[in-house]
Amino acid sequence: MAATMTAAMPASGRSQFLRSLLRRKPVVIGLAVLLLILLLALFGPMLSPYAASKLSLASRLKPPSPEHWLGTDDFGRDVLTRLAVAGRLSLLVGFSVVVVSCVIGVTLGLLAGFFRRLDTPVARLIDAMMAFPDILLAIALVAALGPSVVNVIAALGIVYAPRLARIVRASTLVIRELPYVEAARALGVSTPRIMVRHVLRNLLSPILVQSTFIFASAMLAEAGLSFLGVGVSPSVPTWGTMIAQGRQYLDQASWIMFFPGLAIVCAVLSLQLVGDGLRDLLDPRLSKDI
Amino acid sequence: MRDALAPDTLLSVRNLQTHFVSRSEVAKSVDGVTFDLKRGETVAVVGESGSGKSVTSLSIMGLLAHPGRIVGGEILYRNRQGTVRDLAQASAKEMKRLRGTEIAMIFQEPMTSLNPLFTVGDQIAEMITLHEKISYRAALDRAAEMLELVEIPAARRRVNDYPHHMSGGMRQRVMIALALANKPSLLIADEPTTALDVTIQAQILDLLRRLQSEMGMSILFITHNLGVVAEIAREVVVMYAGRVVEQAPVVDLFARPKHPYTEGLLACTPNAARDVDPNGVRLPLRPIPGSVPPITALPPGCTYAPRCTYAVPGCTGAVPPLFSVGASHLSRCFRHELL
Repeated sequence: MAATMTAAMPASGRSQFLRSLLRRKPVVIGLAVLLLILLLALFGPMLSPYAASKLSLASRLKPPSPEHWLGTDDFGRDVLTRLAVAGRLSLLVGFSVVVVSCVIGVTLGLLAGFFRRLDTPVARLIDAMMAFPDILLAIALVAALGPSVVNVIAALGIVYAPRLARIVRASTLVIRELPYVEAARALGVSTPRIMVRHVLRNLLSPILVQSTFIFASAMLAEAGLSFLGVGVSPSVPTWGTMIAQGRQYLDQASWIMFFPGLAIVCAVLSLQLVGDGLRDLLDPRLSKDI
Repeated sequence: MRDALAPDTLLSVRNLQTHFVSRSEVAKSVDGVTFDLKRGETVAVVGESGSGKSVTSLSIMGLLAHPGRIVGGEILYRNRQGTVRDLAQASAKEMKRLRGTEIAMIFQEPMTSLNPLFTVGDQIAEMITLHEKISYRAALDRAAEMLELVEIPAARRRVNDYPHHMSGGMRQRVMIALALANKPSLLIADEPTTALDVTIQAQILDLLRRLQSEMGMSILFITHNLGVVAEIAREVVVMYAGRVVEQAPVVDLFARPKHPYTEGLLACTPNAARDVDPNGVRLPLRPIPGSVPPITALPPGCTYAPRCTYAVPGCTGAVPPLFSVGASHLSRCFRHELL
């Protein structure tokens, strides 16, 4: 019990929390790689001498060289520049999916966990959605909504919401019965206020941890959807569309496919490392070693 | 009926019936409980686990969990405006308005009754701002005053402490400060000292008594500890299996218990002087044989008869009524004359 409180303790424990987080090597590596990708996506296109969509047939399918660090693609476009521009979109999609699935998942989970009457219908809905393979459900939703960035975000947000909803519901069921929630009710605190201040605030750490995993899964899923041609339009550069285009030239110009693939692997892996680190620190059962 | 509430009476529970109804059975957790609580006084409700004492308090608070329901009786309460309301009939909205302002409650588990994520000052300030339109800063100031009132040393500094910085006794003081933040007329204390060690228990009881004389609130004290009852209550209601079995002023109850159950409870309170024979050998304690019957399968007649040493076959025939056995002394026992 004391361990839970220390882990969830704000303010006075914050700097100590950061310190023990940064003491973990995988977390530091993950954060460093993420920072690198973020900087590349934000400032890469500005620093590059090439425009992301400028065609140049003369420099078609050039291997990595001092002019084109990561080579060029079949239209002579600079792969590094495109990688950076695509990174913006991939990160944006990942982040937006986290936001959408948090809004849907946390709302559903809180309602199901707090109100007995809603529990069965919501829990069944969550189970039903989790029974579908993620990518298949996403394909179906995008097919129904039409391919566009917004629709991909909406579809993936819906696909990942049940994961959060399930965690939030389970924790709400526990917290709802805790004496301090009963005490708050006995002292006249309103139900919405109890839900936000006394329940949701206690759930922030599992939500944060799950969000990093959803971020990673969403980036991967977006790349998968784009690769399959059901995601964003092929003219929009994302890591997934870049891989899809480079596939035809795999035997002549493997760099077109290799580098976006590497970017996906690095981004997803580092997000998972950070998420694992956060979970180990915040999970009371694992936090004995802080 | 409502006008029958005496002017100095704050709360009058009359024939309260609270049942938990499930598909297959009905649990009569509270079956015909009646007592009065005067302004500035303390009534203790005593009983074992499952006797219905906590359900009685939750019924008054309007906090019964599904499927619990008040199916009969009245809970007459005189609010600050002086009007008498029946809390058994009150709307959820009215109950919410009363909770925390006029009726407050403290609980058994001081270690977990506070939210670990907020400072104690913040939690008290929340209580104040919920029911009163003042700024957070002013509320925080009042929180510090409340902490001083419940005798927390260095209160000004401890406002910024988190619950885990405090001991169980300190946290129970914070809970009391939280409950009294809006100066309620009625404080329901559900076993507030059970989880504390004896010296802290005495301090908390002392504090409650002092605050009661200063603020004039009435206290409904729920406990299973007769020692605590002797400390704090003026009148005692002894409950067994959902029914009141004995009701008396505290001195009377301890001197002349008129129900075998009360007698049994008193006999199993350890007493070093009494429980030693002339040779200094310790006598065994005398526990009440058996246990409280499940509330869904009560024995016929007197529910205490199967455990009672005075029981005769006639005891299981009908539920005994409450006999008047002295000045405001009631006993639900056919054979009370033997005691």
